[in-house]
Amino acid sequence: MDSIKDLLPIVAVITFFQLVVLRQPIPNLTGLLTGALLVVIGLTLFVHGLKTGLFPLGETMAHGFARRGSISWLLAFAFALGFGTTVAEPALIAIANEAARVAAVGGMIADTPASATDYANGLRLTVALSVGLAIAVGVLRIIRGWPLHYLIAGGYIGVVIMTAYAPPEIIGIAYDSGGVTTSTITVPLVTALGVGLSTSIHGRNPLTDGFGLIAFASLTPMIFVMGYGMLL
Amino acid sequence: MIAGLLSFFDSLAATVRDVLPILGILFGFQWLVLRRRMPNLKQLLAGFLFVLVGLALFLQGLEQALFPLGKLMAEQLTAPAFLGVGTASGADWQHYLWVYLFAAAIGFSTTIAEPALIAVAIMANQVSAGAVGVRGLRVAVAIGVAVGIALGTYRIISGTPLHYYIILGYVVVVIQTMFTPKPIIALAYDSGGVTTSTVTVPLVAALGLGLATNIPGRDPMLDGFGLIAFASLFPIMSVMAYAQLSEWYTHRANKRR
Repeated sequence: MDSIKDLLPIVAVITFFQLVVLRQPIPNLTGLLTGALLVVIGLTLFVHGLKTGLFPLGETMAHGFARRGSISWLLAFAFALGFGTTVAEPALIAIANEAARVAAVGGMIADTPASATDYANGLRLTVALSVGLAIAVGVLRIIRGWPLHYLIAGGYIGVVIMTAYAPPEIIGIAYDSGGVTTSTITVPLVTALGVGLSTSIHGRNPLTDGFGLIAFASLTPMIFVMGYGMLL
Repeated sequence: MIAGLLSFFDSLAATVRDVLPILGILFGFQWLVLRRRMPNLKQLLAGFLFVLVGLALFLQGLEQALFPLGKLMAEQLTAPAFLGVGTASGADWQHYLWVYLFAAAIGFSTTIAEPALIAVAIMANQVSAGAVGVRGLRVAVAIGVAVGIALGTYRIISGTPLHYYIILGYVVVVIQTMFTPKPIIALAYDSGGVTTSTVTVPLVAALGLGLATNIPGRDPMLDGFGLIAFASLFPIMSVMAYAQLSEWYTHRANKRR
């Protein structure tokens, strides 16, 4: 019943602002309550499935790759996982379409539906490519034992340099694209992959080395999207 | 009832469509490269099914109940009439205060319910043998998101350039990294990326777009973006601060003894 506690803050915030600040009654109270019930049931099932399905799956595959000992196959898997889960991500599709509209208004591309679709698809592929690369590099980091913060600091410098040269219209979208790429199903899988790898490789600590894949996956899209905006 | 059932199947179908490429990659590599029988295959598949149905129910509930009301509130709180924009008395700072409060509160509460963050917190708790508390981590992240979104709305209202904030944030993160206990660093970086997904993004996007549309001199296309970036940067700081604080407390407690 932890899920009820998870949902309580949202309900409290919405009730407070609706009744006290906006001073309006809550519309469709029964709809709201059944919706909240669905959210609670859904969250409970999700957490259960996480523990019995996604986590063991990610860790088993990580152990399998570690046993097989082929780094190139592992990197191919990491790239495919990053690319495949990002390219179909609904939040990314939404933000890519929005970016195409900004680009059309800003005169970066011709203001026709066809060029907007091209632009949005190109952007999606760019972000998916960058997430794939990020997971692959992150996995390589776990294998080699590189310290994470040097790579992240390097990524930050990359973002700052790109910001100086990227067209201003793309900067907000680029920064946001870093946050939206990692979906609810990707995160547990990728985390389990990292933790599983670092437990099966000798000398790696699952807490220090196992985490950090998501951090890469939210950093590289910023750099790549700004690069995309500069090239077009 | 029937309409509700139909829209549930819609969101289930959408979730399945999102998950199919992931399943394809997982099992493709499992069968073609690893070529080993999955232990407990039935249990894993059942778990996957639980995740799918759970996520579909979760999204369905949000769409039905919280998103419409939350988006409506974001619109009402940013409406020119509420903010006092364009009236003789000019914009009323007290009403902007409500906007900041709403931004912080909605950032905090949606992050607490974010399924991806729950996943990372459970994993961190298991891996650290209980040293990282599930609830402690989630509250630390949620505080970071609350501060981030509130500052992000201030940026939209004041119209200052986004990259100044982000670059300054990077500098703070790099400095904090030097003073944070090593085991927490990777986890802190990760918590930046997981905060913003299914629950947070729609509500926060509505808030940003509403503000940028209604405040004179702001362009929704240019100024409406950037809130997500704030929400993914500030949790890194708050999680590191949480680790530093708890280390400092244990240090002080040991000294006293």
